[in-house]
Amino acid sequence: MASILPPPHSKERRIIFGNISLPDYAPDIDTYIRHGGYASLKTALAMKPSEIVGAVKAANLRGRGGAGFPCGTKWSFIRYDDGKPHYIVVNGDESEPGTFKDRHILHRDPHQLIEGLVISAFATNTHLAYIYIRCEFPHAARIVSEAITEARARGFVGKNILGTGFDLDIHVHQGAGAYICGEETSLLESLEGKRPYPRIKPPYFPAVLGLYMKPTIVNNVETICHVGHIIRLGAAEYAKMGTPGDGGTRTMCVSGDVVRPGFYELPCGAVTLRELLFDICGGLKPGRSLKAVIPGGSSAKIMRADEIYKVKGPDGAMVEKNLSMLDVTMDASTLQSIGTMIGSGGVIVMDDSRDMVRTLNNLNTFYAHESCGQCTPCREGSLWMAKMTDRMLAGGGRADDPAALKSVADNIAGRTICAFGEACSWPTQSFLAKFPEEFAIKAS
Amino acid sequence: MTETTTRQADQIAPAFVAAADEVVARYPVSIRSASLPLLHLWQNEFGFVDDSGIEWISARLGLVPINILELVTFYPWFRREAAGRTIIRVCRTLSCAMAGSHEVKEKFCEAVGLDPHAGHHGFGCAPPTSPDGKFSVEFVECLASCGSAPVALVNDDLIENIRPDAVAALVEKLK
Ligand SMILES: Cc1cc2nc3c(=O)[nH]c(=O)nc-3n(C[C@H](O)[C@H](O)[C@H](O)COP(=O)(O)O)c2cc1C
Ligand code: SF4
Ligand code: FES
Repeated sequence: MASILPPPHSKERRIIFGNISLPDYAPDIDTYIRHGGYASLKTALAMKPSEIVGAVKAANLRGRGGAGFPCGTKWSFIRYDDGKPHYIVVNGDESEPGTFKDRHILHRDPHQLIEGLVISAFATNTHLAYIYIRCEFPHAARIVSEAITEARARGFVGKNILGTGFDLDIHVHQGAGAYICGEETSLLESLEGKRPYPRIKPPYFPAVLGLYMKPTIVNNVETICHVGHIIRLGAAEYAKMGTPGDGGTRTMCVSGDVVRPGFYELPCGAVTLRELLFDICGGLKPGRSLKAVIPGGSSAKIMRADEIYKVKGPDGAMVEKNLSMLDVTMDASTLQSIGTMIGSGGVIVMDDSRDMVRTLNNLNTFYAHESCGQCTPCREGSLWMAKMTDRMLAGGGRADDPAALKSVADNIAGRTICAFGEACSWPTQSFLAKFPEEFAIKAS
Repeated sequence: MTETTTRQADQIAPAFVAAADEVVARYPVSIRSASLPLLHLWQNEFGFVDDSGIEWISARLGLVPINILELVTFYPWFRREAAGRTIIRVCRTLSCAMAGSHEVKEKFCEAVGLDPHAGHHGFGCAPPTSPDGKFSVEFVECLASCGSAPVALVNDDLIENIRPDAVAALVEKLK
């Protein structure tokens, strides 16, 4: 594990990665408390639960797991006094290709997550929570479990938390190597001990019929961590760091063809793609030029370097302007306005040495392997997209392959039980739309 | 599937039963939720899950064996036959592939005496394993460490920024 983070770039603002940046930071509870840990919990426990939900709303916190749903709005679907048990499940499945932030939080600052989780549970009248961690992070599962034990010993978790009468149990649950378990309803089935087939929405929105068919909040690890900082900084102060529709900081994970790949915590919308890639990540490797960028995890639609984008935003502004790809601001609504997404914050960079058919084939193989198989368009389509790009790479491409690929992709998106359908068709659709010439060459 | 003459369930120690009880206690609302963690416990103890394991876990949770078998056949992590003592899982997804993970995997295979092009036989099977039973090598999907590509998970430990020419020495250390 890369142990010490390099000093922050001037545009960075390390809230989530504040502790982790410190050279001698350790995941034990004493270290956390020495750095101000669990003070936000004390503040929160003195607030009204509805005030906490209000603060999370006012902070404009959007989910950091991929879908970007406003966190406070999600919480307000849970009725505090409906007399039903509520559950929170933290999504630590982190398996969207290009994303690698939760891994560091889980391994290196588990108490930050636990503190955010206890506050979230207090706000939503929840007494049982699970942290779902992919099994490829065996150390994280152990570290987080030990942290829960420590927190329980200090009265931050368990019965009658800090004498307030509020009870919360937290347990770790490990996955078993399936990407689909990151999808929230699949994750719930997995946690119920069943085959993790995603549930159909409606009616199975987690907030209505979630874990054990009870109202449930599923949030990403980073999202839950932000809650503690919203309480600490105050909603207004927190929101101010970001843009009107995308508050606070977001961790951008950059991988691929840059000099300094890594994860960088930046105020939402604070940088353009140019600043991210060139100032922060040191630009491309010597002699190389930029070809394409996937901005928000492998399923986000690809951006082509020489394209001009009609952009709205960042937020509020909603002014239309033409920008080159590098001048696009990296926030949720700007990227949405150009037809792609900030997603999980996983930025994958490709230089001019990359063959787009080969690149797509890698992703198609991933999706073909990871489809849960419930829906025919996704199960068959993801396989066929992989087979067709395989064939094109092996020199057996046919003239109608690009059209056939597009037709397969078009017939998956919107016709499946879960958003994996979109996730697996967007790469094919966007690669074909942006790089038709490369597909044409391999199709003859 | 390997023919096993001894049933894993016949080798259960009291400590294992206690550990299983502890796992089940984490799921006060529905003990069926304990099926995945019990499978992990089983595989960590015995190296793989045989029929007796499926029966034991389903009986412990008041389920029928198919409820457990359908998990073993869905999740790539579980296997029904023994793997090598050290399992090397090389990431094959985009950022790692761009950083040379295919070459890294080939080097691992060569260093442990496996055919780099032998495929994985599918769900439930062990990944290709060296004749001496020491190593298994397989490709897995994104390990959430794309910024330090290429990476591999060696048993519980993540190894980052792997250079193909450093693989042989790495394997020597693991022997
Ligand atoms: C195929 C698929 C995979 C997903 N994988 C993850 C994941 O690994 N981690 C995650 O936090 N969210 C993942 N999500 C998003 C979750 O379904 C869910 O929206 C998220 O956990 C909600 O938390 P947030 O609102 O805090 O982002 C995935 C979604 C889909 C459709
Ligand atoms: S879209 Fe794909 S992954 Fe989602 S439920 Fe259907 S088959 Fe499964
Ligand atoms: S692509 Fe290999 S760790 Fe993500």
